[in-house]
Amino acid sequence: MNTNDTLVDVDGVEKVFHRGSEEIHVLRDLHLKVPAGQFLALMGPSGSGKTTLLNLIGGLDRPTRGVVTVAGERTEQLSDRRLAAWRARHVGFVFQLYNLLPVLTAERNIELPLLLSHLSRAERKRHVDTALAVVGLTHRAAHYPRTLSGGEQQRVGIARAIVTDPTLLLCDEPTGDLDRKAGDEILDLLQALNRQHGKTIILVTHDPHASARASRIVYLNKGQLSDQPVQ
Amino acid sequence: MKFLHLIWSNLKRKKLRTLLTLLSVVVAFLLFGLLSSIKQALTGGVSMEGLNRLIVRHRVSIIQTLPVSYQARMERIPGVAAATHQTWFGGYYQDRKYFFMQNPVVPEQFLDMHPELLLAPEQKQAWLRTRTGAIVGRKTAERFHWKLGDRVPIQTPIWTKLDGSRTWEFDIVGIYDGKEKTDDTMSLFFRYDYFDEARLFWKGQVGWYTIRIKDPAQAASVAKLVDQEFENSAEETKTEPESAFLQGWVRQIGNVALMTAAILGAVFFTILLVTGNTMSQAVRERTGELGVLKAIGFTNSQILWLVLAESCVLAALGGALGLGLACLIVPALAKPLSAMLPMFFFPLRDLFLGLGICLALGLVTGFFPALQAMRLRVAEALRRM
Repeated sequence: MNTNDTLVDVDGVEKVFHRGSEEIHVLRDLHLKVPAGQFLALMGPSGSGKTTLLNLIGGLDRPTRGVVTVAGERTEQLSDRRLAAWRARHVGFVFQLYNLLPVLTAERNIELPLLLSHLSRAERKRHVDTALAVVGLTHRAAHYPRTLSGGEQQRVGIARAIVTDPTLLLCDEPTGDLDRKAGDEILDLLQALNRQHGKTIILVTHDPHASARASRIVYLNKGQLSDQPVQ
Repeated sequence: MKFLHLIWSNLKRKKLRTLLTLLSVVVAFLLFGLLSSIKQALTGGVSMEGLNRLIVRHRVSIIQTLPVSYQARMERIPGVAAATHQTWFGGYYQDRKYFFMQNPVVPEQFLDMHPELLLAPEQKQAWLRTRTGAIVGRKTAERFHWKLGDRVPIQTPIWTKLDGSRTWEFDIVGIYDGKEKTDDTMSLFFRYDYFDEARLFWKGQVGWYTIRIKDPAQAASVAKLVDQEFENSAEETKTEPESAFLQGWVRQIGNVALMTAAILGAVFFTILLVTGNTMSQAVRERTGELGVLKAIGFTNSQILWLVLAESCVLAALGGALGLGLACLIVPALAKPLSAMLPMFFFPLRDLFLGLGICLALGLVTGFFPALQAMRLRVAEALRRM
């Protein structure tokens, strides 16, 4: 894919949640284009709709109105089954609290998305080893999450997100639960994935230090995007 | 197969809870095996009896006798192929606690009527030659260490001999086996002519008749014809299938099938609740993790099958262990119980039924938690991580 091609196109998207009879407009007529290969930071205060937007782009939720096109696919039109298959193929998620399965070792956690593919056990192992090497955790492969530090757990989370070589990496506050040093290591890793491996990354954060690593920053406030921080 | 590790890891998550649930399933299936064996021991001879045989007894009760002359009249009834009779002797060997069944019969007619009882031809000939001869089932012969040529005294509280004694002596001339494992090999049969001549009273009377019918499909109409034949006589009859007749004997200690079904029903209902609760808890606790799986591409149906597989593995493991234990324990108990419950064994059909119940238990207990997991909305589930 040419790096100038639009990978993510959010067009006139609205998201309304219902709490009883009350309607909560989280996103309003939102437009966003993310070219392939871009490292985009999405900033905004708590409750501004950052995670909601990330969920819509990642096909975890559907917009109330508007169109979300990712890698040429209108995700809001896909059935649940096809959307799940699409996520497996195109999207890698990195979560703030790592979201690793505590009953599985690091390598088994990383292998999870590959279980959905037709790869043999040996091929899966090869992919897992590569992902572990990319995040620098080969020596911790057989460790359970509870025996890993926060930074290591997040690296396992990143390895799980990239093991299928997805088109798009969506990171929801990946350094939010880490100290500065570990956070910096994660940001270094994300930056390397963007620069050396050409991964398109959307990073949700409210930390200016983290967003500084991105090639573009957009701000979300009260359901609307702008290129300037809201005062 | 590639998901097996994930399923197994989830089961190991709360080891104590899984172990306790597993143990309760094991105990339930062990109980199933033991109760099936007891039921088999008490009713086994019943269900296997031939469908082409009817029993004709006195209309009032089995205690009332019928004239021996009825046999010829029965044999003339359309649809009846053969008829023979037996009489309740009610004796015991040495002590009342060594009670078992002994009946006087007409040897050739009896053996012809019961092809499921296997007797060597030379032993049959010996029986026909020996007026005081008796044949005994293999289990009873082994129980009392009887062998061919032994003379055994049987005491009866009912039948007094002409000399006033109630001790009858029989020469063991044959030891019979059953064609099937479930055929009765506990009884002793001796000659009616010897019995009728030697008894003090009720000569010319018999306990009940067994008739073989030409067409099992006509059983009901033949039974009706038999009863009509003796209507308005001094000894009216009641004709019923052999299985129903034997069930009547077993029912004297209660409806065994219903009792075992009730106990097992209660046990499995409890297990259903226990395992169902375990699975519900397991799913509730990892809502967030299920959200992660969905986020990385697991479909709703894959999540459904993962949870179902988990409950099925738990039920199958517990069931296999329980049934396996039953398979080991039942034969070990069979020997000490052989005097009281000679047909105490775990029937193969019940083993397969048990395996079926395992699967059903897994599916039923996992269904609702699996459905709940399947319906989780990803974004909402991730918030509960």
